[in-house]
Amino acid sequence: MRHWLLVFFMSVAVNVSATEKSDLDTEQRVRQIEEKLRCLVCQNQSLADSNAELAGDLRRQVRDQVAAGRSDTEILDFMVQRYGDFVLYEPPFKSTTLLLWIGPFVLLAAAALTLLAALRRRRGAAEEPALDPEGKRVVERVLAPLRKHDEGA
Amino acid sequence: MMPLAPTHPSCEAAQRETASRLTRFLLPIGIFIVLVGFLAVGLNLNPREVPSPLVGKPAPAFELPLLHQPDKRFVPSDMRGKVWLLNVWASWCASCRDEHPLLVELSRNGVLPILGLNYKDKDEDAQRWLKKFGDPYQLSVVDADGRIGIDYGVYGVPETYLIDAEGVIRFKQIGPVTSELLQQKILPLAKALQK
Repeated sequence: MRHWLLVFFMSVAVNVSATEKSDLDTEQRVRQIEEKLRCLVCQNQSLADSNAELAGDLRRQVRDQVAAGRSDTEILDFMVQRYGDFVLYEPPFKSTTLLLWIGPFVLLAAAALTLLAALRRRRGAAEEPALDPEGKRVVERVLAPLRKHDEGA
Repeated sequence: MMPLAPTHPSCEAAQRETASRLTRFLLPIGIFIVLVGFLAVGLNLNPREVPSPLVGKPAPAFELPLLHQPDKRFVPSDMRGKVWLLNVWASWCASCRDEHPLLVELSRNGVLPILGLNYKDKDEDAQRWLKKFGDPYQLSVVDADGRIGIDYGVYGVPETYLIDAEGVIRFKQIGPVTSELLQQKILPLAKALQK
């Protein structure tokens, strides 16, 4: 966040010549790549945020490779080949991570279905059971004397 | 529960009642137990043990000067046809000292050649360290800026790689080698690969 402000102010304050502009773009790209990568020494920090020595070495790698004109995917692949998918903050979508990506939605759908079923069951229980004509006649026969009794009272 | 005759309608209703009450209590308990199981396994995993994508792949090539003879260079293909250990170490690494006696002992047996990759170290410090604690390495190569370390996915020195006769990495240990690990995993695997 602070970095973005810095970039913003720098781009405003500095009279951006063409070469400086491209330098800034490079910086931004390097930073973006570093933020996608995990520091393996302090695992909850990105490469950009970590002070670990290895993070410094890996940042230098990223910088060198950006300077060498390699694409973002090539650089990320370089890291994955050496450190595994774990080095990526955003895990790739593949068979071993299927549960990770789809699991929450499956759980949500299951919960929604359960809720729906429970609501439907409750509504069904609250409604008076429907009576066939035979049943209605029986109810009427039982209730009629009671009603007469009420009216008489 | 009481064995109720299912023919009687009111008994059937009662049975249904107990069944629904049973699921109402058993279901949350079941879910809870599954959750606890997941958490128990998850909390016992070591997040430091990141599975290396390099196992089963050819050991990355490099050409580095030897620690004791800086004018000579070593390439991993020099070890073709042999099963060997590549041990990443440094004089500044405290847990390297923990595993060191084990490596010295292993080198005396001569079952498995051990080569050292001296990682981000100063040559004088490294040489002094070996003089003090013993040198189990057939040779050590110098990776002063840690670039080769990155190729090998090193992030927690010491790290040890078992490399087969074709130059393929068969096993990787992050952190110190223990005698348990050596006896139960590394040596049996090396023996199988040597055949």
